[in-house]
Amino acid sequence: MQPVKTVKKEPVKVREMASSLRSKTFEEVVFGYNESEALAEAARCLQCKNPVCTEGCPVGIDIKSFISCITNKDYKSAYFKIREKNDFPSICGRVCPAEYQCRKTCVFTKKNEPFASQNAINVHFLERFIGDYGMNNGCFIPVKRDPWLSKFKVAVVGSGPAGVCFAGELARAGVKVVVFESLHKTGGVLRYGIPPFRLPRNILDFEIDYLKTLGVELVPNMIIGKSKTIRGLKEEGYAGIFLGLGAGCPSFLGIPGENLCNVYSANEFLTRVNLMSAYKFPEFHTPVNIGKHMIVIGGGNTAMDAARSALRLQKMAGIPADTTVFYRRTEIEMPARRLEIEHAKEEGVKFKFLVQPVAFSGDDKGLVKKLKCLECKLGEPDSSGRRRPVSIEESEFESDCDIAIIATGLKANQVLISATQELKTDKYGDVIVNKETMETSIDGVYAGGDIVGGEGTVIEAMGMAKRASKAMVERLKKEE
Amino acid sequence: MNLILSKNVLTNISGTSVAGMSIEAPEIARSARPGQFVAIMVSEVGERIPLTIVENHPKNGTVSIIFQEAGLTTKLLGKMNAGEEIYSIVGPLGHPTDIKKYGKIIMVGGGVGIAEILPVAAALKAAGNHVTTILGARTKNILILEKELKALSDEFYVATDDGSYGRKGFTIDVLDELLKKSKYDLVYSVGPIPMMRRTAAVTKPYGVKTLVSLNALMVDATGMCGCCRVTVAGEVKFSCVDGPEFDANSVDWDELTKRNNIYSEKEKHICSLSKL
Repeated sequence: MQPVKTVKKEPVKVREMASSLRSKTFEEVVFGYNESEALAEAARCLQCKNPVCTEGCPVGIDIKSFISCITNKDYKSAYFKIREKNDFPSICGRVCPAEYQCRKTCVFTKKNEPFASQNAINVHFLERFIGDYGMNNGCFIPVKRDPWLSKFKVAVVGSGPAGVCFAGELARAGVKVVVFESLHKTGGVLRYGIPPFRLPRNILDFEIDYLKTLGVELVPNMIIGKSKTIRGLKEEGYAGIFLGLGAGCPSFLGIPGENLCNVYSANEFLTRVNLMSAYKFPEFHTPVNIGKHMIVIGGGNTAMDAARSALRLQKMAGIPADTTVFYRRTEIEMPARRLEIEHAKEEGVKFKFLVQPVAFSGDDKGLVKKLKCLECKLGEPDSSGRRRPVSIEESEFESDCDIAIIATGLKANQVLISATQELKTDKYGDVIVNKETMETSIDGVYAGGDIVGGEGTVIEAMGMAKRASKAMVERLKKEE
Repeated sequence: MNLILSKNVLTNISGTSVAGMSIEAPEIARSARPGQFVAIMVSEVGERIPLTIVENHPKNGTVSIIFQEAGLTTKLLGKMNAGEEIYSIVGPLGHPTDIKKYGKIIMVGGGVGIAEILPVAAALKAAGNHVTTILGARTKNILILEKELKALSDEFYVATDDGSYGRKGFTIDVLDELLKKSKYDLVYSVGPIPMMRRTAAVTKPYGVKTLVSLNALMVDATGMCGCCRVTVAGEVKFSCVDGPEFDANSVDWDELTKRNNIYSEKEKHICSLSKL
């Protein structure tokens, strides 16, 4: 009898664009798995009796089953397995912070680690492989139009992840759906926030175009709360309304000098670059300023997106790359995806940890020139469980800074909320909902995504939109 | 959608070109109120720029804008004609003016800012106010909307920098004289930043409530980016969603002046590339 030999297979590394090529283009960095790579990675999955990975997924995808389908080369079934819970595998496979979710609960990750171990199954890359397979091979969820529901129309406010998911669910159930978007292009944060090097626009366009094939009407340039009101929509005969407004309002630091020229919010910087294509100025007319010493403040994905965009802009303009991320904790506590941090480093973004910005100063033209900071040390853990940064007295220092980008968080945009007095919000200005149905304080008005939970992930927004869509369909079925 | 229905050139001499357009935009026409603005993109590759809504006709589903050709976008807009479509127009944005009976008010308009005071002056007149209007222009031939504003005003003054029409001097000279003679309840001023800033300086000693409508740079113009932030009474405000009107004496004018020049080099560059 042969001895049983357990070979611990290495994770299959994902193919990427060489870092030397990356920094002059906004094209996608991660190439993803091909079939043989996906098969090799899927083969590493232990198919645990108790698949704890699923517990880590915000929408509870049956990860074990879809990986098993991959091993059987039954990619179609794998696709539909994911689609039971996730409408956008190609998007989530690219932007999910899997190392804090399914990969963190994977048995290959040791207990009490802050994020997934290197050896955890690369669930996100497998999901992306399957998502792209589905997209390229015409895998569509069967449309089961309920004739009863066809007499209703619903309005969706916002065309980001939550709105697009909700619209798809309702349209497949047979409801007439109209999506209102305040910007001139659809996609919400996926278009204005996430750069194309992380989410190529053809993936986003595919999902939007798919909505159109379902008969969903997309209305850009329509700001609900201004062009039309919630009450007005009800009067127009919409039987239900879904609010997927996102968390669109940037927070600032509240420190002196913050309104100096060339101090940007990450939202402004990324909107200029992504939505308005300022990186193609003057072919596109929206400008963005590029500096010699660019500083990004923050440690989340938005900070990484801003820093990597800034660095690309410097290289494209022939300026020696000098972009630094300033973060008040250390690398371990950074909320950004580990892959983005790695990519940022490979591309040449520098990091300065344990620093607390205290003031910007500028020249007589009002242009920012310096950033003053205090050094920090880590203290006791705060409510987030991460150790709180404590500034050190008399540790002040100055750094050259001719462009600053503040990426320290977002709040709910109040345009629709302030125009809709019956809509109840919490102390953060987020919309309050019934957690099961996602219904707001207004009858027939539902909400999901960042407008409910504050800054979250695409997959969480989608999960909320799915709950809301279920509740809305149930409601419509009961209507006269 | 967004069809240009008519265009009229208000002035096109001595390097100043101002035009008006009536654009099909039913939803905006229905909900717009005086003091609000729209964000416009001339084409898919264009910039988003804010422009005041000068008139809106809910029945016809049209809004009117008036713009001076200054940057690339307004220059490209100036090249467009009736029958063409504006790529994107969204609105009405910003808070509307608080229209009520104040008593005696003075409307101060300078340059293309005159277009912005027209709808507000008309609404304030209709609300029973005594309206005095002061218009300012560099020279007679570039003065716009004189007839319209004269018709609705109880008192009416014009000042030109070169003295070619009305009195020689600035709107603030007339303003100061009026405030000296009589008590007013509101001054409302729109024009170039230096004019609005000086308006504030003139009215301050009299303690009269003074409002200005700011023309800060914007990107989305819906509260999403913070490009248009201004300091008002020591607090950071977004012109697009908290404004565009603010108390003139609380605005940090230095900061606004500097922030509005952030892209002047790039603007010059792109205009010269486009031979505009």
